[in-house]
Amino acid sequence: MKKQKFDINYDRCVINVENVSKSFGNLHVLRGVDLKLYDRENLVVLGRSGTGKSVLIKLITGLLKPDAGEIDVLGQVVNQLNDRELRALRQRIGFSFQNSALYDSMTVRENLEFPLVRNKRNLTRAEIDKEVEDVLDGVGLLQTINQMPSELSGGQRKRIGIARTLILRPDIMLYDEPTAGLDPITCLDINGLINEVQERYKTSSIIITHDLACAKMVGDRIVMLLDGKFERQGTFEEIFDTDDERVKPFYDYNFTEEN
Amino acid sequence: MNEALMGKKFINLLLEFANIHRFFMRFLREVLSPPYEFKEIIRQCFEVGWKSFPLISLTGFIVGFVFTKQSRPSLEEFGAASWLPALISIAIVRALAPLVTALIASGKVGSQIGAELSSMNVTEQIDAMEVSGTNPFKFLIVSRIIATTIMIPILCFYVAGIGLMGGYLSIISKDQVSMLSFFTQVFEAIKFIDVFAMVLRAVIFGFTIGFVSTYVGYFSSKGTEGVGKAANSAVVASMFIVFIEELLIVQVLSLI
Repeated sequence: MKKQKFDINYDRCVINVENVSKSFGNLHVLRGVDLKLYDRENLVVLGRSGTGKSVLIKLITGLLKPDAGEIDVLGQVVNQLNDRELRALRQRIGFSFQNSALYDSMTVRENLEFPLVRNKRNLTRAEIDKEVEDVLDGVGLLQTINQMPSELSGGQRKRIGIARTLILRPDIMLYDEPTAGLDPITCLDINGLINEVQERYKTSSIIITHDLACAKMVGDRIVMLLDGKFERQGTFEEIFDTDDERVKPFYDYNFTEEN
Repeated sequence: MNEALMGKKFINLLLEFANIHRFFMRFLREVLSPPYEFKEIIRQCFEVGWKSFPLISLTGFIVGFVFTKQSRPSLEEFGAASWLPALISIAIVRALAPLVTALIASGKVGSQIGAELSSMNVTEQIDAMEVSGTNPFKFLIVSRIIATTIMIPILCFYVAGIGLMGGYLSIISKDQVSMLSFFTQVFEAIKFIDVFAMVLRAVIFGFTIGFVSTYVGYFSSKGTEGVGKAANSAVVASMFIVFIEELLIVQVLSLI
């Protein structure tokens, strides 16, 4: 299934990563990477496991600090912000974790309320309830509102995780392996949801994945992380029109007849 | 080779102390600055108090009962059995109640806090709070440290009470003593400084248990092994520091 195109504003860059490097001890994960995310664009970051894809989005949210380079998010340089400024910026960024990271001691309702009541303290009880119900309804899981995370399936947990980030109406969404560990039908649902979020909430998104079906379905543009650098970028077809032995196995594994 | 290894260990130890210092300074900063997580503090107070209540009741009672039983023969030898209420009241209030409460709480509450925070760390729940614009330090760490600092002294008074009840039951198993006369002797023997020392100890122990367990949980290594290690370290480190503190407090109070 090909990606439906929305109006991307290429004049407005919402994330600008410039010459960023990050190492863990002797392991050099990112080696001077550059990346731009445009307004209302879905950008897919492809790469093998352990190549630093998740590190990249943790750098963008300030969970990790770069060793070198600069990360500009919505006009603010992340690594120069103090705690208070960083928290304010993070309210405009939604982060969907690979394992959903739902608070397992809280119900679905409490999970969604958690960021809302702490960031918008002037809301009334009725307003909070309405927001929670609207967002849950948006991901099609209103019936789970009083359930505990342990009672949900993997796909439902992913959806609730996405709903929890949407409750603050972010400008940017970061998805870390949104389809990892899910069956193909649920993967399709999640991919559909990512596109729906882009359309309904007018978000710009970075989707970290190694699932090519997901990349093809949700990505307006794809970049490939190879040996700590973005060496290829373009549409799905452009990325895989190559004889590069580091790239071909990705396509062959997913789309050749034997598989 | 050995020297290089020792040097590395020494540097790691210094780095650990620096990290503990940063953690403490951040606690001081966050505890004073609004917004305050009152609801979570109350929830944590309930968790700390209620979860330790049955075990602390049993332990407090047994300590009082057994201590009285064991002390009686020595006092009887000198014809001083009537001093038993005074002896047990001083022993329980000055030393046993805060120490027993702290040791039970280290095991019960410390391990729970360590494991809970470590498990949240492993499953990226702490990161999820961070990226949603919430301050996880205030919500998870400050609330738990305040809860243990408030609840351990309250539990300590309870242990002292139930320990004295245990002592009273031990006495009446052999002698005819009214409850009124027993507690009159108990309160005559206790001075203000004894109660002050008990509260001081309990506050320090409560803070220690909260601080140590949140620290090891918050900075635990990733993976399921990290959860087990954090729970274990929370108990061992809390108990060890509580004993060191007890030793120091006894020395200081003996000067007064």
